[in-house]
Amino acid sequence: MPVTVKIPTPLRKFTAGAESVEGEGASVGDLLTDLESRHTGLQERICDEQGKVRRFVNLYVNGEDIRFQQQLDTPVKDGDDLAIVPAIAGGRD
Amino acid sequence: MATISPSSRPSPVAGINNTPTRADGHRGNSVLDLVGRTPLLRLRQITRDLPPDIRIWAKLEGFNPGGSVKDRPALHMLQAGIASGELRPGKTILDSTSGNTGIALALYGAALGLPVELVLPANVSRERRQIIEAYGATPIESDPMEGSDGAIRLCREVLAKNPDRYFKPDQYFNPVNPLAHYETTGPEIWEQTEGRVTHFCATIGTSGTVMGTGRYLKEKNPDIQILAIEPDDAFHGLEGLKHMASSIVPGIYHEEALDGKIPAPTEEAYDMVYRLGREEGLLVGQSSGAAAWAALELAKTMDHGDIVTIFCDFGDKYLSTNLWAGWDDLPKRA
Repeated sequence: MPVTVKIPTPLRKFTAGAESVEGEGASVGDLLTDLESRHTGLQERICDEQGKVRRFVNLYVNGEDIRFQQQLDTPVKDGDDLAIVPAIAGGRD
Repeated sequence: MATISPSSRPSPVAGINNTPTRADGHRGNSVLDLVGRTPLLRLRQITRDLPPDIRIWAKLEGFNPGGSVKDRPALHMLQAGIASGELRPGKTILDSTSGNTGIALALYGAALGLPVELVLPANVSRERRQIIEAYGATPIESDPMEGSDGAIRLCREVLAKNPDRYFKPDQYFNPVNPLAHYETTGPEIWEQTEGRVTHFCATIGTSGTVMGTGRYLKEKNPDIQILAIEPDDAFHGLEGLKHMASSIVPGIYHEEALDGKIPAPTEEAYDMVYRLGREEGLLVGQSSGAAAWAALELAKTMDHGDIVTIFCDFGDKYLSTNLWAGWDDLPKRA
């Protein structure tokens, strides 16, 4: 069972309009690379040229902000979900 | 016992005591009287590499009582509702907002003694929601994955269930929104620049500021260039701004009235916020960073002129957002 990735509206042009897609990988970083192979352009919206998550993007694994975990090295496993939340303001509490 | 009149001798600190707190010493009997007449400040530091004949001016809308440019349309829309009889005792003010309009509606609802309910995306900053609640308004959260469009849709649903209960100012479609800027922001800029403004650029959310101010300035001088600043992509971090091509287009937005658009990247706008704090002594929000960045880009295409832009608010309420609480500087959890 792969990881479910929730896609925000402005990024759904990369997923043919799908609200969520599936991917695989041992970490969030691996998962994003896997997604890029099928949804070209998605990864560069989330990460900058150095491969770091862009300042205005928030990523949550099972509802927990990966910024407070191991960032892109945060492990994921089958059945987890990753939410890409546009940080229009950030600070979901 | 004789009393000494305060005016009977000169103050030892004359010139300090006499400094008005606002440029025009503006005062009022109600918070409603303090909206507008905000200062216009020339940006001298971030512009130091520009040719000397180009000046960039920022209108500091954070000086409004609610702390943002949105005080102008919010108050005007409520006053228009009262004048038409649509807003009256027993009605609740309802609208969707990404923040500043909500703060303004909450404030003026409180000042007018009317209840306020506001639909806002669940990921707006915590301070924003707390400010709204401090004015006694009730927040209703919409799906953070759907941004401000999700808030617009949920607001329509809330209204449809109980249409008689609410007065919806509807900032995206209400012509009083740009009219507020036509009647106040435009004339203020014209007077403050003594008619020398050559370019006006402003960020677009509802587009009320650029539409109303732009129309006034064009009437005064059709050569003034009116430019809208928008996020460079649908996926952005510029709170309050809209990427028109991928958004529900506001009914008050008329692109044909513009002379051009300047696409602003989020990361450059954030970097400009940091520069404005350190170099100009102005702690502002993301949209002001975008405005200053865009004004500088515009200046690079000119050899002389006076650019006026709008700094929509100050930066206090964004300290908990990604703008400051970014990926690099956070204390890591053990």
